[in-house]
Amino acid sequence: MPDIKVNQTLDCKGLACPMPIVKTKKAMDQLQPGQVIEVQATDKGSLADIQGWAKNTGHQYLGTTEEGDVLKHFIRKSSPNEVKEEKKHPHVVSNEELHQIMASNSKTTVLDVREPAEYAFNRIPGAISIPLGDLESRLDELNREDDIHVICRTGARSDLACQWLAEQGFKKVKNVEPGMSEWTGTTEGNH
Amino acid sequence: MASSTELELSVMTAKELTRIVLAKEQLFILDVRNESDFNDWKIEGDSIEIINIPYFDLLDGVDDSLDQIPDGKKVLVVCAKEGSSKFVAEQIIKAGRSNVYYLEGGMKSWSEHLEPVKIGELNRGGSLYQFVRIGKGCLSYMVISNGEAAVIDTLRMTDVFEQIAKEQGAQIKHALDTHLHADHISGGRKLAERTGAAYWLPPKDAEEVTFDYKKLEEGHDITVGSTTIRIQPVYSPGHTIGSTSFIVDDQYLLTGDILFIESIGRPDLAGKAGDWVGDLRETLYSRYKKLSKDLIVLPAHFGKVTELGEGGKVMARLSDLYKNNPGLNIQEEERFRRTVTENLPPQPNSYQEIRQTNMGKLTPSEEEQREMEIGPNRCAVHDK
Repeated sequence: MPDIKVNQTLDCKGLACPMPIVKTKKAMDQLQPGQVIEVQATDKGSLADIQGWAKNTGHQYLGTTEEGDVLKHFIRKSSPNEVKEEKKHPHVVSNEELHQIMASNSKTTVLDVREPAEYAFNRIPGAISIPLGDLESRLDELNREDDIHVICRTGARSDLACQWLAEQGFKKVKNVEPGMSEWTGTTEGNH
Repeated sequence: MASSTELELSVMTAKELTRIVLAKEQLFILDVRNESDFNDWKIEGDSIEIINIPYFDLLDGVDDSLDQIPDGKKVLVVCAKEGSSKFVAEQIIKAGRSNVYYLEGGMKSWSEHLEPVKIGELNRGGSLYQFVRIGKGCLSYMVISNGEAAVIDTLRMTDVFEQIAKEQGAQIKHALDTHLHADHISGGRKLAERTGAAYWLPPKDAEEVTFDYKKLEEGHDITVGSTTIRIQPVYSPGHTIGSTSFIVDDQYLLTGDILFIESIGRPDLAGKAGDWVGDLRETLYSRYKKLSKDLIVLPAHFGKVTELGEGGKVMARLSDLYKNNPGLNIQEEERFRRTVTENLPPQPNSYQEIRQTNMGKLTPSEEEQREMEIGPNRCAVHDK
């Protein structure tokens, strides 16, 4: 499995409960919204606890990989206004519409602007990964004439991406709403 | 350094907790594991009041939760191993509370605690012990007579059996399993290796095992100690194809996972629910009916703590079970079939790996065995 890009890696190997969660909480407090932390732990119980903790605090649990005895948990710090952000890009398609478009035209481009760790665990097959923050530097990977469907988790980051792409002269960009959080079509991911 | 003893954290062992549950003493338990683990399996008892607040919701302090914890009552904080329960219990004490305990070894030690309970005397000398694994609902037995002992459905914690045999001056000669278990790792083979005892299994359950064993067969009684304590195998398929019951000393019927006090065995754990329904019905509604109604039924599991009688004994007269056990009172075959094949409780944790381990195909470490066994037994059709 390729390395997943993260903002911070936290070593909790050898620590017993409750220390992995205590340390994760502390580290999370220092992160910016949207950033991703990788927590390495050897305590098997940390898996269910990280999931429960993320659920109760509203942070986004992305997934866990296993390497030998080490569990690597990936969590993204949520921003308080992530779900409610005002959307401005005028061209929007629903998850269902994208599903139909993909079924009838295999050439359509799906651009996933979530963090690499989110993409790694759960993505639409064939989707291109360019995190929102990297879009500017990697713009030449995209074609201005293409039909591009931009997707993220809830439609907020993809909306910002759509607006910015439109400003750069992209003509046919559409925002997918709500996005991966409610995607029921086929997905793939590293597990 | 001076400190008030009242405000010191106290430790409670699984043995002491067992005593409290059996004596029905008042206890308030704060379980700080995550919600899913709590919902899967928890400490139960008539006198136990229990709530769940995950420790990770208490990292910033317990002040917001103090009103949920009764003041003046004995409070036990419980987690998976003990680290988090100590952490939370210390905070409760810092908040000014007293009479606060944590469970030593957490739910792991609760799952492994075995309480020996004497069931009764045997007709020509000797006695029968039941071993109650209170946290998981498993039961083992030891027949002791004239310096010899046989252990039935031995659990993984074999040192407890060796200890009791030693105290009673008996040498363990036989280890018998009523069937190939799916909810816990049998200690039969280990006990046999450690003591030189013979390990007996029903051959139909043992077709895939990787080790030598002696075959349990009807008509081949096993003698313990003085020549009169007999263990008569009675072939009684249904939970597994090989399931075998034992009549001990013409008084006791050890039913394995076929018949429990308040329920009956499930036929699906070896993946053959449909095939074994008929066998299960035949055993419960015909084979057992031909036995003496005065036999005392001793199962390999209990489902609820309400099944624990005086001193923790789990037992009932066969005639009473025919009157009161819902699983023995389903007259229509079709309804019986539905009851034992549909809407079954979830399968026990890691039951496939546990079966493989009991066949000798997997050899997990002690720690892995512990993890595999965490959780309730769920061998009866009515356990939810």
